[in-house]
Amino acid sequence: MSAAGSARRRGEASLQAIAHEVLTRPEAGLRLAVSRLDRRRFLQLTGLAGGGLMLAFSLRPAGAATAPARETVGAETLAPSAYLRISTEGIVIHATQPECGQGVKTAMPMIIAEELDAAWSEVEVRQSWISETDFGRQFAGGSTGIPRVWLPMRRAGAVARVMLVAAAAEHWGVAAEDCTTADSHVLHASSGRRVAYVALADAAARLPVPDAERVALKPREAFRLLGTRVTGVDNTALVTGQPLFGSDQQLPGMRHAAYVKCPAIGGRVRSANLDVIRALPGIDSAFVLEGNGDLTELKPGIAIVGRDTWAVMQAREALEVEWDETSAARDDWAETLAEARRLTDSQGAERLADQGDLDAALAGATTTVEAIYSYAFVAHAQLEPQTCTAWYHADEGRIELWAPTQTPQRAVSNVAGLLDLDESAITLHQLRMGGGFGRRLVNDPVCEAAAIARRIDGPVKLQWTREDDMHHDYLRAGGFHALKGGLDAEGRAVAWQNHFITFTADGRNPVFGGNLRPNEDLGHLIANFRLERTQLPWASPCGFWRAPGASVFAFALQGFLHELSTAAGRDHLEFLLEILGEPRWLEPDNTWALHTGRAADVLKLAAEQAGWGRSLPEGRALGLAFYFSHAAHVAQVAEVSVEDGQRIRVHEVTVACDVGPIVNLSGAENQSEGSVIDGLSAMAGQKLTHERGRVRESNFDRYPLLRLPQAPRVSTHFIQSDWSPSGLGEPVLPPVAPAVCNAVYTACGRRIRQLPISEQGFRLI
Amino acid sequence: MSTLRLEVNGRDHALEDIPEDMPLLWVLRDRLGLVGTRYGCGIAECGACTVHLGGSPVRACQVPAHAAAGQAVTTIEGLARPDGRLHPLQQAWIDHDVAQCGYCQSGQLMSAAALLARNPAPSDSDIDTALAGNLCRCGTYLRIRRAIHDAAARLAEVGT
Ligand code: FES
Ligand code: FES
Repeated sequence: MSAAGSARRRGEASLQAIAHEVLTRPEAGLRLAVSRLDRRRFLQLTGLAGGGLMLAFSLRPAGAATAPARETVGAETLAPSAYLRISTEGIVIHATQPECGQGVKTAMPMIIAEELDAAWSEVEVRQSWISETDFGRQFAGGSTGIPRVWLPMRRAGAVARVMLVAAAAEHWGVAAEDCTTADSHVLHASSGRRVAYVALADAAARLPVPDAERVALKPREAFRLLGTRVTGVDNTALVTGQPLFGSDQQLPGMRHAAYVKCPAIGGRVRSANLDVIRALPGIDSAFVLEGNGDLTELKPGIAIVGRDTWAVMQAREALEVEWDETSAARDDWAETLAEARRLTDSQGAERLADQGDLDAALAGATTTVEAIYSYAFVAHAQLEPQTCTAWYHADEGRIELWAPTQTPQRAVSNVAGLLDLDESAITLHQLRMGGGFGRRLVNDPVCEAAAIARRIDGPVKLQWTREDDMHHDYLRAGGFHALKGGLDAEGRAVAWQNHFITFTADGRNPVFGGNLRPNEDLGHLIANFRLERTQLPWASPCGFWRAPGASVFAFALQGFLHELSTAAGRDHLEFLLEILGEPRWLEPDNTWALHTGRAADVLKLAAEQAGWGRSLPEGRALGLAFYFSHAAHVAQVAEVSVEDGQRIRVHEVTVACDVGPIVNLSGAENQSEGSVIDGLSAMAGQKLTHERGRVRESNFDRYPLLRLPQAPRVSTHFIQSDWSPSGLGEPVLPPVAPAVCNAVYTACGRRIRQLPISEQGFRLI
Repeated sequence: MSTLRLEVNGRDHALEDIPEDMPLLWVLRDRLGLVGTRYGCGIAECGACTVHLGGSPVRACQVPAHAAAGQAVTTIEGLARPDGRLHPLQQAWIDHDVAQCGYCQSGQLMSAAALLARNPAPSDSDIDTALAGNLCRCGTYLRIRRAIHDAAARLAEVGT
């Protein structure tokens, strides 16, 4: 096996491991996690002493065994878990998960504060350290953040609250169940007494810690903070330009580094003019790193270290490298396109699902419709290019990392393996990310910074250029769908065939984001359904791009459903509702599966809010789409107008969404608005063109992001159902493109079947 | 290379060893430690590096630091009033919870501040034009529009 072939295989295995972690769903039994206890019973349950109600206590004294190694907690501090600290200094809640703009640094502490009954204005939120023992897995991905922490964080708040109540009751000599809490105080209504949490911390810290799993949680009606609009805890620091981000890291004596890799992934350094580079002004050193054989960790390349980012950037201009591309990627989009087009006429290589009698149904259909949908590869283009700061303390044999990463714990193990260090010799400081979108689930920049730091004295900041970022991404995979549908005489959908053409890196499994499962293809709700798959080879690594898979499958599948309803001459809403059928879980006992009733509800709500069916001027129309991903049911109506048959203005997007109870309404609306804009951005003109393994697009001049004048109004309507909450960072994105493209068809009669839409000559204005 | 004298946020700096073509962006970030001005593209496409030069918005990745000598440079760190009171835009940004990741927001704010300085009551299309050069991958554009209108209203109330 060639070295690059093995690097690719190892890289692919690492990507699958990340996928596994991200997709591992929180405990399944989460069905009505919002308890339906009434308020009275809740107060009884949370009473501690006296009333005959026994809460199970562990024997563990608070504040000792639970104190994190990296912080000393005295008896005067109430710290029943690592999530919070209450002392005379105030109330501190730890933000444990990485912040990349999805708002968890605010939303998650809110969950703790709610059960604690802390006054939000008195809470100080601090980014936590990294510890699996204290916090379980720490990562941001798969829209699993809120569902994963929902119970543990509520319990953490409730445990502390119960202890504070017990301390107050003991102090006053009253029954705990006669005490209530509000705004960081315990109250005893009948005597009118009131004491602040901070004053109780010392006494509470001496009490035994109740068993978190048996502490009663608030009924939803009692929530005061959750569901309200709370502004981000870092807002002031952000608007005053404080150093928060990975790239803002500064240390005394810090050097700056670039890491130059072969533009065709998998290439190695054959030779380079390193002597010339070393002699340039402001440059300290330049050296080759061989790579560790894993494309998700350290690729081979040249490190240039110097006085400042500019000196290093200038030195790169003078760098001449001869790359050994024997085993590098040779991906070529034009060739791939031709090959895929050829394949759309033929049968798929594998049949993933075959339900009913598809051939007979198509043959017997009154009307059949055929279409080919396709979408290009795209890059993440988060606004902050990759960066990481590292400091190898040679004398102590340990390394410190300042890393903006979505997977900080994985970063520690990556670096441990890379430098052959014990994980205990690695300290990772979590820094805010200038966007994640799935790119920072992979820790290649952290590995590069660590490997460079290992070779020099003192701290070093690695800063990728935008060009590096676009050329060394883990891509959203392109794909093709050859679709066939059949309608009966009444215009009902009776047949659905999807030949899905995707990519494989290891020759066996599809790349991440290229794995369409039969139950994700809504066609499986139609009696006669067939899903076939053909995989084309692709070497440049694919990864996790906001709503992987869903972000593009939605475009093809929801667009084609509209083609069917149009061919049937039926109202699209009514057509979709008919396919969904009776309200039911599609996979019984799996609340991560689609519920047709929840789907129908969001469709009806979006339609109602957008005024579905109203008449609009010539050239202007509404389009509807639904998608289910990440346990979220989302429907959207886009209102668009089309000028000259190609210039599209999106006026408004109406979003209806069921993700269960909303934690932070402001954050939730922000995610919805952002996802709509992001979806439009990718839809409009984003595309990577590979040639001989190289990405031709390098920067925002040829890889456009949506700009402010193009942004439509967005209104979001949440159905706050009683199902346990699910994440919102991704699922609003998938329905955007099909809603817009369906509207475009209705407005001008031209069907969009390619992403980006610029491929068909359309423009977003 | 002669000594470069720069006035940034009302403070004078004398800097040695600054190459003629070194952009203001990297002098601010790597030499002066003012990292609130951010790098996104280096080619004047994203606006993350927007600062004011003599009161006008410029892309710091495009302006050689030497060309900024003799003119007042204002960065995001200098947008608040000297007494520490936030600029009305900063307050509006906080209240409207504009930021998601926040990386682009220094640049957005500097473009918005330059707009309000010359047009205290901008229309939607004035805002569109003035901020079209500032990219936000997180898609915070709607709140940016709202926050600018709100800040303009606040400014009108107190009188400028
Ligand atoms: S970094 Fe200057 S405009 Fe993008
Ligand atoms: S807030 Fe993230 S790029 Fe604008």
